Amino acid sequence: MNSLKYWLACAAMLLMAQVALAQEAIEITRGSDRATPIAVVPFGWQGASPLAEDMAQITANNLRNSGMFAPFARENMLSYPTRAEEIFPRDWKMLGVEYVLAGQVTATGSGYQLQYHLYSVPREQVILSRTVSGGQNQLRDIAHKLSDEVFEHITGIKGAFSTKLLYVAAERFSADNIRYTLQHSDYDGARAVTLLQSREPILSPSYAPDGQRIAYVSFESRRPEIYVHYVQTGRRERITSFEGLNGAPAWSPDGKRLAFVLSRDGNPEIYVMDLDSKQMRRVTNHYGIDTEPTWMDNNTLIFTSDRGGRPQIYKQNLNSGSTERLTFVGNYNANAKLSVDGRTMVMVHRQDGYRNFHIATQDLERGNLKVLTETSLDESPTVAPNGTMLIYATRQQGRGVLMLVSTNGRARSEIPTKFTDLRVPSWSPYLP
Amino acid sequence: MEVIKFGKLAALVVAFGVVVGCSSKGGDAAGTGAVDPNAGYGAGATTGADSGLSSEEAALRAITTFYFEFDSSDLKPEAMRALDVHAKDLKAQGNRVVLEGHTDERGTREYNMALGERRAAAVQRYLVLQGVSPAQLELVSYGEEKPAVVGSTEEAWAQNRRVELRK
Repeated sequence: MNSLKYWLACAAMLLMAQVALAQEAIEITRGSDRATPIAVVPFGWQGASPLAEDMAQITANNLRNSGMFAPFARENMLSYPTRAEEIFPRDWKMLGVEYVLAGQVTATGSGYQLQYHLYSVPREQVILSRTVSGGQNQLRDIAHKLSDEVFEHITGIKGAFSTKLLYVAAERFSADNIRYTLQHSDYDGARAVTLLQSREPILSPSYAPDGQRIAYVSFESRRPEIYVHYVQTGRRERITSFEGLNGAPAWSPDGKRLAFVLSRDGNPEIYVMDLDSKQMRRVTNHYGIDTEPTWMDNNTLIFTSDRGGRPQIYKQNLNSGSTERLTFVGNYNANAKLSVDGRTMVMVHRQDGYRNFHIATQDLERGNLKVLTETSLDESPTVAPNGTMLIYATRQQGRGVLMLVSTNGRARSEIPTKFTDLRVPSWSPYLP
Repeated sequence: MEVIKFGKLAALVVAFGVVVGCSSKGGDAAGTGAVDPNAGYGAGATTGADSGLSSEEAALRAITTFYFEFDSSDLKPEAMRALDVHAKDLKAQGNRVVLEGHTDERGTREYNMALGERRAAAVQRYLVLQGVSPAQLELVSYGEEKPAVVGSTEEAWAQNRRVELRK
C-alpha cells in the first residue's frame, strides 16, 4: 500500500514536472554542468593526530552549495599539492579543472593557521595567496572565511559562508508533549546551539540586520507573544502581548522598527513599531487576512493578503499608504522574502490546478516566475545575504526537513541535523 | 484516538434517533475529497426524537472539537448543534472557556495562524449569537503548530482542521 502510494506520488511528480517543463515561464534545472570546475585539494597538515574538521571538504561543499562551482572529486585528482610550487597545470588541464585551491595548515600558539593558494589553470598562475587563522575550536570558521575569500575573488560576489542560520526543532514525544527549541547554527547546519527551549510552539524567528538581535514568536505563556532576543547574551525583551494574534515579526532594514501582525482590532492587520519609543502604528486596514510582512526598503512593506479571495503578495508604501498587488500567477502566493538587491522576490507558490506548494522566485522588474523546488509542502524560504542560496522547509516521510538550494537551481542538499523535525529557517545577515 | 471517540459518539447520537441533515462538503480550492470526521453522526437514523433527550444532549456536550473544510471557517450544521448545548451551559454557569483554532499543515505557517484564528472566531461568533458573553470566550490560534494527528494524508488533514473548546 505504501509503495503503491509512493509510485503514484512519483508518477504525479513526473507528470507535474513535464507540465512544468512545457510552460515557458517555469524552468527546473538540475546538475552542475554549467558550474565552474574547481579542485579543492585536501590541505596539508603535519600534526600528530588528524584535525577535527576536514576544511577542504567544508570549502568544497560551500562552493558547491552556491551553485556556481563544481568541486572536483578528490579521489580522481592526479596530485595533491599543498604549496604553490607543487601545482602543475598539466595535472589539472586534462581533468578540465579551471581553478585549484591548495593549502597547508599549521598549529599556532592559540589555534591554527591556514596558508592557501588559489591557482588559475588557464592562466597557469597563482591568483590569490592568503593566510587565515583562528582559535582551537575555529577550524570551521577558518574554512568558511577561506571560502568567502575564494568565492569573492572568482565571482566578484561577497561570500556568505560565514553566516548563521536560525530554525526551530520540534521533538514530539506524544500529542501533548512536544519540545520546541530555537536553534542557532552555521549556515550549513553545523554547530547547532539551543537558544530557547519551550513546551509550547516557537515560530517565525528572524535575524535583525545588526546580526546581534533576533525576533520570534513564542507561545510559552500559552498565547503568542513577540520577543526580541540578543544572541550573544541571551537577554530578551517581550515586545508584544496583545489579545489575539501576535505574529510574523520582520525587521526594517535600518533595524529600528519591527513590522508584525496583530488581530487586536478584530482581524489580522500589519503594524509597525519603533523599538526605541515602542510607538506603534497600524499599516493595513482590511477585513481580510493581512500577514507575513517583509521590508522592501525602510518605507515599503510587502505582505500576504487574501483581500482578493486567495492569498497573494501586495506591496504598500508606508508614507502614502498606496497598495499594489505583485503576484498574479498561481492561486496561492505567500510568505515572500526579497533578495538583498530588491530585484527578486522568493515566495511560497501554488500553481493553478495543482495541490502542492513550492518555492518560486519572481523577477520584480520583468515579472517572470520561476519554480525552484520540486519537493512537497515547501514553505518558509529564507535567502542568503548575497542572494546566491536559499534555505526552505519541506516535509519528507512525515518529518520536517530544511533544504538548501542555490538560486540558480543547480545545487541542492539537505541541512544535516540530529533532530527529527525542523521548520522556519531564517538566514542571518553578513556578520562582523 | 480521535476517530474512535467520534465513532462512539456517532453511534450514541444515531442510537437516540437524532435527525441531522447531511452536510454537503464545501468547495475546497484544492479539489480534495477530504474525509470529514464529523460525517459519522449525520448519516442514517431518521426516526423522530422521543425519549432520551438529555442523553442526546450529553452526547452533544461531549463534542468539544469542531471540524472545518480546507481553507474554510464555515461552521458545519453538526458543530452548531453541539455548540447550542455548550451555549446553554455557558449561559447557565458563566464560566470561561478557551477556543483553540487549528489548521492542517498546508500553506504557510503565519497565514495558517490567521486562518486558525478565523475558525476560533467563527465559533465565538456563533456562541455570542446564542447569548454567551464574549468575556467568557478566550481565543487562541495555534495555526498548524499543534496537529491532532501527524501525517500528510487527507485523513490527517481533516482531523487537524479544527477548533477545540477547552474548559
